[in-house]
Amino acid sequence: MTSAIRFILNGEDVALDDFAPTETLLDYLRLRRRLTGSKEGCAEGDCGACTVLVGRLIGGALRYESVNACIRFVGSLHGTHVVTVEHLAGKNGELHPVQQAMVDCHGSQCGFCTPGFVMSLYGLWMTTENPTRAEIETALQGNLCRCTGYEPIVKAAEQVAMQRPSALFDPIERDRAEIMAKLWTIRSSSETIRISKGENQAIIPGTLSDLEEVLAEHPGATIVAGATDVGLWVTKQMRPINPVVFINHLTDLQTITEDETGIVIGAGVTYTQAFEVLESHYPALGRLIDRIGGQQVRNMGTIGGNIANGSPIGDTPPALIALGTELTLRSATGSRSMPLEQYFIEYGKQDRQPGEFVEKFTVPLPDEEAYYAAYKISKRRDEDISALCGTFYLKLDGEGCVETCRIAFGGMAGTPKRANHVENGLAGRPWTWNTVASVRDLFDEDYTPLTDWRATAEYRALTAKNLLTRFFLETAGQPQELSRFEPEEA
Amino acid sequence: MDTTTFEAKHTINGPMHTSLRHDSAHKHVTGTAEYIDDIPEPAGTLHAALGMADRAHAEILSIDLTAVRAAPGVVDVITAADIPGINDVASTGQHDEPLLATDKVEFHGQPIFVVIGETREHARRAARLAKIEYRDLPHWTDIDSALANDAPLVVKPMTLKRGEPETEIEKAPLRVQGQMYIGGQEHFYLESQIAMAIPGEDEDILVWSSTQHPSEVQHMVAHVLGCANNAVEVKTRRMGGGFGGKETQGNLFACLAAVAAKKLNRAVKFRPDRDEDMAVTGKRHDFRVDYDLAFDEEGRIHAVDATFAARCGFSADLSGPVTDRALFHADSSYFYPHVHLTSKPLKTHTCSNTAFRGFGGPQGMVGGERFIEEIAYVVGKDPLDIRKLNFYGQPGSGRTLTPYHQEVEDNIILKLVEELEASSDYRARRQAIIEFNENSPVIRKGIALTPVKFGISFTMTAYNQAGALVHIYQDGSIHLNHGGTEMGQGLYTKVAQVVADTFNVDIDRVKITATTTGKVPNTSATAASSGSDLNGMAAYDAARQIKERLIDFACRQWKVEKEQVEFLANRVRVGEDEVPFDTLVRAAYYDRVQLSAAGFYKTPKIHWDRAAGKGRPFYYFAYGAACSEVSIDTLTGEYLVDRTDILHDVGKSLNPAIDIGQVEGAFVQGMGWLTTEELWWDTKGRLRTHAPSTYKIPLASDRPKIFNVKLAEWSENKEATIGRSKAVGEPPFMLGISVLEALSMAVASIADYTVCPRLDAPATPERVLMAVERLKAM
Repeated sequence: MTSAIRFILNGEDVALDDFAPTETLLDYLRLRRRLTGSKEGCAEGDCGACTVLVGRLIGGALRYESVNACIRFVGSLHGTHVVTVEHLAGKNGELHPVQQAMVDCHGSQCGFCTPGFVMSLYGLWMTTENPTRAEIETALQGNLCRCTGYEPIVKAAEQVAMQRPSALFDPIERDRAEIMAKLWTIRSSSETIRISKGENQAIIPGTLSDLEEVLAEHPGATIVAGATDVGLWVTKQMRPINPVVFINHLTDLQTITEDETGIVIGAGVTYTQAFEVLESHYPALGRLIDRIGGQQVRNMGTIGGNIANGSPIGDTPPALIALGTELTLRSATGSRSMPLEQYFIEYGKQDRQPGEFVEKFTVPLPDEEAYYAAYKISKRRDEDISALCGTFYLKLDGEGCVETCRIAFGGMAGTPKRANHVENGLAGRPWTWNTVASVRDLFDEDYTPLTDWRATAEYRALTAKNLLTRFFLETAGQPQELSRFEPEEA
Repeated sequence: MDTTTFEAKHTINGPMHTSLRHDSAHKHVTGTAEYIDDIPEPAGTLHAALGMADRAHAEILSIDLTAVRAAPGVVDVITAADIPGINDVASTGQHDEPLLATDKVEFHGQPIFVVIGETREHARRAARLAKIEYRDLPHWTDIDSALANDAPLVVKPMTLKRGEPETEIEKAPLRVQGQMYIGGQEHFYLESQIAMAIPGEDEDILVWSSTQHPSEVQHMVAHVLGCANNAVEVKTRRMGGGFGGKETQGNLFACLAAVAAKKLNRAVKFRPDRDEDMAVTGKRHDFRVDYDLAFDEEGRIHAVDATFAARCGFSADLSGPVTDRALFHADSSYFYPHVHLTSKPLKTHTCSNTAFRGFGGPQGMVGGERFIEEIAYVVGKDPLDIRKLNFYGQPGSGRTLTPYHQEVEDNIILKLVEELEASSDYRARRQAIIEFNENSPVIRKGIALTPVKFGISFTMTAYNQAGALVHIYQDGSIHLNHGGTEMGQGLYTKVAQVVADTFNVDIDRVKITATTTGKVPNTSATAASSGSDLNGMAAYDAARQIKERLIDFACRQWKVEKEQVEFLANRVRVGEDEVPFDTLVRAAYYDRVQLSAAGFYKTPKIHWDRAAGKGRPFYYFAYGAACSEVSIDTLTGEYLVDRTDILHDVGKSLNPAIDIGQVEGAFVQGMGWLTTEELWWDTKGRLRTHAPSTYKIPLASDRPKIFNVKLAEWSENKEATIGRSKAVGEPPFMLGISVLEALSMAVASIADYTVCPRLDAPATPERVLMAVERLKAM
């Protein structure tokens, strides 16, 4: 049968053939299923009150990740296991250890955010034994609480960390084998699924070549992977999008490989998946990725999407441009590659032709002798959109002079953009404080930033210069940066 | 009524003065706690969405709703013409706040019409299709432009005066004049505003409203429907957070749902989207403080003259009492020998600002603490020394009179501050920080220890009353109801503890029930931190009446004297016998003893004459102190809170676990207000920080890395409050000021602590960096 998507909701097998392509998981849970434990706090993936876990097969494993049900579309659930807060307590009402710890530590006050916190903590508990405070804070980046000040919630996470009850108790562990088998069965069919509701259509291509065909047929289709951006087009702007092509289940887009050309990352790889490999080669990039959205957003969102939608304030494009990343686009007629920076033409305009989709990007392997840094500046440290994001790549020659230099910023122009004047000012010159000081003002030639609610133009301009200073200090072995946790603690 | 005689008997579960979990904790963690959006909807329930103005100030020339009405799923569109009663929801009675705008709009986002749809999505989509023609009028959205435009005041300003400030300011050895901007704050309750109205027979209507003030919602619904109060019942079991944002701001949604429900004779639910909620509802007032300070070389204050101008928005709402309370707390914990304070409640073309935890008090106190900083940098001393030098004195010291002529009789601030100074190791850490800063070019640290003294009572004396209703059923189970509302602060738990304690029965026997205007009438808002003081006493009064009847009955039945009847844990000793509580209750029923009582309480001793600026507005004061250490990055202005130590006074705590939760949560919320939470309007008057993507409240990773919170266990309320406890909701909010001042010290290091950095709030990374640059340029 190819006219329905199939997934598991808590303990129930679901086949769904009547949904609008823009129906959110949260509306499905609350309105259709009366599972009202998950709450709507913001409808934009920022507060976490709607957090649920989604389990999916990655490689040979069944992996559960926290996601925001408010911006996740039902059409993206094919072949997954959705776990809501209602699934946690035992049949006789006995609380799951994560829930009990929240009660014992007085982790709830008004209680509205609590189901979301419970689910984020559950996701952490399942995957991480004895998490550090840094890991707990990372897991809770996407959950807002306005009452408690978080201290009791963090304590609950620590208290429950030691408890590993029998697998029989935990609802996921208990049924893990059975769930995996079911998901394999669902995945074994790779036929394209098309669901129509009125004039609207959701298309779930079975394979990458199906995707090519679908896009050739519907060049105006909206491609949805993580929906962390498109979700808001729907919930906030109520923009009509039709048809919607879901690609988040296409494992061919989720591969990460390393060869002599570099690290090749498929467009469907989530931030969470990409984090590990990128962090191991470029720790600074890892620290940047860890501050994009909250955990839920990183579990859903893809770097491919961050590139494809062309936002001037996306954090990964400048960081990848500075590294000399190459982008590959694909369509039914073939594929083409370009340096990533060329993809961004102007605000709201990218070099993506009708029928094309972002297939992958290739990040060069690190050069042991080069320096790389990525700095994100935002009002709030975590889960905030950058006021500006500055990234620097530098290689010196044998004389200590600048051989290669790539500087790219987000938040400073209508696109992620290189600082060509500064780069040229540095080229060939000795990498000294005097050189750096003499080129700082060239940023004013490169960028004319705007004033908005995130920062004034003056602040952006000044901070961009100061980040160059920071980068210089770092390369000179005098790192001067705030860090909440020492690296060994993290 | 004497409440000092009861002792906690720890043989029952849940007496007063014990750490009991929140009554709904199990329901919170399982997702079964019911919020209004979770209540099963009556068959045929319709959904509402707002049609909002997209001008800050304009005449409405025409409204064309044809496309809205024609949109799929639209059942009706409600405009002002559909309001059967009065088109007004002004809580002040000033009639300055139309439910729906008719001929003009006064802020961007002002409601003009409401779409009623078969689903919420239908209504929301249709609401965007209206065609409205405007003629723009001049608008101003901030304090400076309001002053420049000679903006009217939304209420009469207040002045507090004592002594001879005009002459003393001239005479004092040292003088500083300055100005400070203090930003507003969005409540960001996690549950947005919501109401569901269910029409009944005759004029009846039941409204579920997420409100801190069910009685006001009842009165407003009656007012707009043109019916008597007795036709309207308003219920609320719990809110997903309130913080003052649901004191008056729920009226709009409840009233519109009610108007539609009565018109269409169908249930109507109204849950705005988060962005709409933030655009339409009021926030904490921002202030500009202009000050003139006179003091001596020691740093002792001689005289203070200050004007507190506030952005009030387009209508009065609660701006009168909010700006009053700013003045009441402009003294923070300090004695001003001569003082003149004035408020300027300015009309602006923005949403109407409203109550928010602290209710103007925090803004007043931030001003008062800025005065101390100014003085400290002039005389070159540790600000803590200036604080201690200027604290109110003990009775008899001649330094106890506030600017509003109330004596501070219960002053414990010095003891509290000195205890925290020692336990936080303030002096040594400050010294270490100064040394660190000398050798750290980029990262700088700061530390500050700031006090809190907060006046408890509604300054509107009439509001200091409460009612409760207690029934005991024949099986000995107890039904508790009172006028207070639960927004997460644990009020229901605390009041249930009072009742359990009074009867000496396990708290499980006490059924906590939803607040409703049908059971306890004419209630006050659950606000001003007064919830447990007022409702705890009212519930105690109700329980006490029944208990006395039970004692009388036992004396009759067993022929003993009153002294021979004693309520033991879950049982009653009558003479030589011990009778289970439920057995006694059943026997009393058969003897036709009334097992239900309404309780009442009004706060004694308080009075206030606003015109004269004199009286005793507050029953007592709650105190606290916080010491915070921060690090700033002088290249970007970013910062971290490294450590906070808090010692806070809740009198004799009714529930230490809940009180600590209030203190921690309030501190972080206060810190958020003064750091990352920034409201930003564009030149068109649009609020651009209207969602959590753009408005940044603290996250887990923003709370202090080391966070030590203690209650002052030795404190007992001097006044006869319930169990000698003190209010806790608002006072600890102002502990967050320590973070602002610590940031300020870190910035001050740039100029070797010789210049007051005059760091405005919120101290976003940008403001910190710009302050650093200012000091570098000096």
